[in-house]
Amino acid sequence: MCGIVGLFLKDRALEPRLGALLSDMLVTMTDRGPDSAGIAVYGAPRPGRARITVQSSAPDTDFPALAEALARFDAEVAAKSTHAVISLDAPRLAEVRAAAEAVGAIRVMSAGEAVEIFKEVGLPAQVVDRFGIRAMAGSHGVGHTRMATESAVTTLGAHPFSTGPDQCLVHNGSLSNHNNLRREMLREGVRFETENDSEVAAAYLTARMAAGRSLGEALDDALTGLDGFYTFVVGAKSGFGVLRDPIACKPAVLAETDQWVAFGSEYRALAGLPGIETARVWEPEPATVYFWER
Amino acid sequence: MPVFDLAEQPLRALNAALHASGGDNGRFEVLNPRGAHSVAVGVEHPCEIEVMGPVGYYCGGMNEAGEITVRGSAGPGLAENMMGGRVVVEGDASQYAGATGHGGLLVIRGSAASRCGISLKGLDIVVGGSIGHMSAFMAQSGRMVVLGDAGEALGDSIYEARIYVRGTVKSLGTDCIEKPMRDEHRAEVADLLEAAGIAADPADFRRYGSARKLYHFDVDHADAY
Repeated sequence: MCGIVGLFLKDRALEPRLGALLSDMLVTMTDRGPDSAGIAVYGAPRPGRARITVQSSAPDTDFPALAEALARFDAEVAAKSTHAVISLDAPRLAEVRAAAEAVGAIRVMSAGEAVEIFKEVGLPAQVVDRFGIRAMAGSHGVGHTRMATESAVTTLGAHPFSTGPDQCLVHNGSLSNHNNLRREMLREGVRFETENDSEVAAAYLTARMAAGRSLGEALDDALTGLDGFYTFVVGAKSGFGVLRDPIACKPAVLAETDQWVAFGSEYRALAGLPGIETARVWEPEPATVYFWER
Repeated sequence: MPVFDLAEQPLRALNAALHASGGDNGRFEVLNPRGAHSVAVGVEHPCEIEVMGPVGYYCGGMNEAGEITVRGSAGPGLAENMMGGRVVVEGDASQYAGATGHGGLLVIRGSAASRCGISLKGLDIVVGGSIGHMSAFMAQSGRMVVLGDAGEALGDSIYEARIYVRGTVKSLGTDCIEKPMRDEHRAEVADLLEAAGIAADPADFRRYGSARKLYHFDVDHADAY
C-alpha cells in the first residue's frame, strides 16, 4: 500500500497553512502504511541562502558538534528532534555539506534553496508532531506514509527521497528493475544511501535532469526507464508533478481549485481541504505526466 | 427516514442497520462520507440509500437488493461482486468498478477508470463518460453500455458479455471483435439507457464481443495443445 499526498498552493494567502493542511492530509492516510512517515516542505527561498536538512541517530551529541564544525562557514544550525536545518551561504553549499557529513552519524536528508525534509519511523501523527510540521509555511509539499515492502524500516528507508538539489520523490508501488539501474548508476558515480527501490527512482530522475532534461521530460523518460508499479509524486523548487505507470494499479486522486492543486492516494486525504466541495476532482490517467509550477 | 452522519457515527452502525433493515423498503441517508471505505456493502434487503458525497473503496460491494445513489465520486472497487439491485454514482468511479458483478444495474454518470467490468458475470453497467484500459477483461456475461470512449485492450479474452461503445475504442483486446448492430442490439441498448435514465440514440453505438477463437477447444488444432 503506502499513502502519498501532495499540495501545491496557487493562493499565497494559504502559505502560512501549508504545513497544517499537508499534515492533516497525511494523517488521514495513516492506515495505508504504519511503518514510517515523512514530509517535504518547500519554503520561500531567501536570496543568496541555501539550506540543508540533516538527520542523526545521536542528535544530542552530533548537533552541538555540527554547530561547532560549521561555525567557520557562517552557517546556522536549528535542531528539530532528530533532524536539523542548516542555513548557509548558497555558494558554499558543497563544502558545508561535506563538513556536515563528516560529523558523527549525520546523514543529509535534503539540500537546496527551498526544500526541507523530515522523516522518521513511526505513524504520521507522531512524525508530524515531532518535527512541528503543522507550524511550517511554504508554497508546496509532499508527504508519504510507508508500508515497507522493498527494504528495511529505517529512517533512511522512509520517504521522501531527495537525490538532487530541491528535488524529492515519494512512491507508492514497487519497482522491478531497480537493482540493475542502481548498478548502472553506481558505475557512473551516483551514491546511494539505501537498498530501497524508490531511492533508485529518485536518482534516475536526478540523473536525467543532470543530463539536461526538464523534470517533465525526465518523468517521460521514467515511463520507459523504470519497470514496475508506481504512482510518484515528485517535488522540485518550482512545483510538483505526478506520474503513474501504464498499468496504474496504485490509486491516485487529483483535485484542483483556484487556490490549490492537491494529490492523494485516496479522496479521504483531500476531504478536509478548503473548498473541496467545489473542486474539480479526477483520477490521473496512466502513463501521463502532470506538473504544476509557479 | 434514518440519517447516518459518518462524521459522528461509525461506519459499522450504518452497515449493521442496512443489513438489519429486513425488507421494509426503508430509505436511508448517509451524510459526510468524506471518501470512507465500504459504505453500504452487502445490502441484502430492498431499501433506498442516498450517500451525500464522495465515497472510497468498495462502496455497494456485494449489493443484493439495495438501490444505492452516491452523490459524488467513488473510489476503487465500486459495487464489486454486485448480485442485484441498483447502484448509481453521479461522479466518476475509480478502477475495477463492477468487477465480477453477477446481476443488477450499475450506472456511472461520470467516467470509470481502468478495468471497469473486469470478469463480469451478468451485471449490466452503463457509463455516461469513458472507461479506462483493460475494461471487460474476461467478461463472461452481462452488458456494458459506454457513451464515451474505451481505453486500451477492451474486452481482452472476453467470453459472452456484450459491449456497446458510442465513442472511440483505443484498442481491442485479444479475441474481442466488432460485431454488427442489429435491431435486437439497438433494442437492448435502448432498454439499458432507459433503465439508467440516460438519453442517447442507440443507433450511435457499436457492438463488441467475443470472436470465440480463444476459449473453444478446436479439434483441428489438437496437435498444438
